[in-house]
Amino acid sequence: MSSILKLDGLSRSFGAVTVADSLSYELAQGEALGVIGPNGAGKTSMFNLITGTLSPDAGRVEFAGRDVTSQSAASRSRMGIARSFQVPQPFSGLTVFENAMIAATQSAGLTGHEAETLCLTVLDQTELLNKANKLAGGLTLLDRKRLELTRALCAKPKLLLLDEIAGGLTEAECKSLVQTIRDIHASGVSIIWIEHVVHALLAVVERLVVIDFGRKIAEGDPHEVMDSREVKEIYLGIEADA
Amino acid sequence: MNLNDYSVTRTTREARIAALIGVVVMAALIAAPWWAGRADMRLLSELFLYLALASLWNLMAGYAGLVSVGQQAFVGLGGYMLFALTMFAGLHPIVAIGLSGVIAAAVSIPVAALLFRLRGAYFAIGTWVMAEVFRLVFAQISALGGGSGSSLPVDIVKSLAASRSGREALSYWLALAAAAGVVAAVYLFLRSRKGLALTAIRDNELAAGSLGIDILRAKFLVYVVTAAMTAMVGGLIFLQKLRISPDAAFSVNDWTAFVIFIVVIGGIGTIEGPIIGTLIFFALRETLADLGTTYLLVLGAVAIVVMLKAPKGVWGFIRNRFDLQLFPLGFRVRFPEKRKGD
Repeated sequence: MSSILKLDGLSRSFGAVTVADSLSYELAQGEALGVIGPNGAGKTSMFNLITGTLSPDAGRVEFAGRDVTSQSAASRSRMGIARSFQVPQPFSGLTVFENAMIAATQSAGLTGHEAETLCLTVLDQTELLNKANKLAGGLTLLDRKRLELTRALCAKPKLLLLDEIAGGLTEAECKSLVQTIRDIHASGVSIIWIEHVVHALLAVVERLVVIDFGRKIAEGDPHEVMDSREVKEIYLGIEADA
Repeated sequence: MNLNDYSVTRTTREARIAALIGVVVMAALIAAPWWAGRADMRLLSELFLYLALASLWNLMAGYAGLVSVGQQAFVGLGGYMLFALTMFAGLHPIVAIGLSGVIAAAVSIPVAALLFRLRGAYFAIGTWVMAEVFRLVFAQISALGGGSGSSLPVDIVKSLAASRSGREALSYWLALAAAAGVVAAVYLFLRSRKGLALTAIRDNELAAGSLGIDILRAKFLVYVVTAAMTAMVGGLIFLQKLRISPDAAFSVNDWTAFVIFIVVIGGIGTIEGPIIGTLIFFALRETLADLGTTYLLVLGAVAIVVMLKAPKGVWGFIRNRFDLQLFPLGFRVRFPEKRKGD
């Protein structure tokens, strides 16, 4: 299987703070990868580097076989990389439907009826359809997170980056979110999912990467990684033997 | 649930009523030379040209986030181009105004390349400095009267129309056409795919960039188009005045401060805002004109009260209250009958 995304020695520092330290891994076409790590480990910065809102000090990002390191965030989005923001970034003066339309027209490049149909379908899938005409600025946090997912899906991504979208959900909501992401994955979209709600993550992903201080400290089968000593020590912050 | 029961519409009942009223008002305004007095027509012309300037500034600052306090650079450039092209190249004034738009667009490209290196408040200051540079440059051109300016020669004025009333009617219609043209152009642009992108930039640049919108290119395009249209409006302003000087042409008070007042009072980032703002500004000016400097104090007080009580302007306040859009830009989802009122 060919790889859709390849990070090659990505590094980035802000003064003394290193958010990415020669980070390298590959994501196979159609794969779902989970990312965990303590707060401030550099997970969201990694997404910023992949999407192009942050440029690396060193290293390369390859998407679908092309070096995109010097491409803008906008052109990477049009190539098929979509993300949800951990802190929701709605277009607050526009309605939920119009937020979705921006992704469908600007990123996916659809027009007219085709764009509208895609938005209605995705809004139905993310359970926001009955709020389609509400202003995005007036949504609850849960609905703002749903809107993040909606917009990312309306961009018709090849690679979907999800940044902590399960936090704060009830058990039932979390279950339906997991089902939604499984459906998206089943339709052939490659996924990288940063999440603290580990049981939701493990229900979807095929591989897990652990990041701390911008470095990849573990990688592999999700359950094996979760049981490993490093993860227990560093991620969970406890002594493995204790 | 069947998604085929859902449909998307881009218009509303209020908007259709507003469009109908708009047509009636336009018809009455077009007929003004037959029913309005000379002074009224002059006042209306001025109002239309301010509306055009305000709509353009609103597009640039309210949507593209380019808060320029130097648009007088292009008002003055357009005015001076009208004088130069008619006096030295022998062009008809209307042709000269059209050409001044092209010239302003060409001039604005290197200006934008320079100013776009600045952000936020620095950009605003930069635009003002640029306008001062324009003023000083035109004050040096002795063929255009240097610092004291010049008047439009009589034969050029007469080339518009032979009779005085004919000239007055023509310059009134030109001002009306400028206002209607600018508002219509802004409306149609904002309804388009590129306009949707610009609205996204207005609300959230980070998200807009991550959804495939080339922010710098959109801003650049808006700056250049706004500069061109502002210059053409400037040409019309000085075609009314028939006299130009560097201080009048590049006045920060007349062409930027009042325009910002109009847009902020009316409601920045909406099409309706500049229209309401222009009406409020002229209502205040006409009722308070005799008070001298007190008039400016009242303007300031009104601005402060609106900013405190209705930070999104008069139209923002109305829209939040009544969910009203007279110029429908958005998309509304129509739900299947039984789900109405959801």
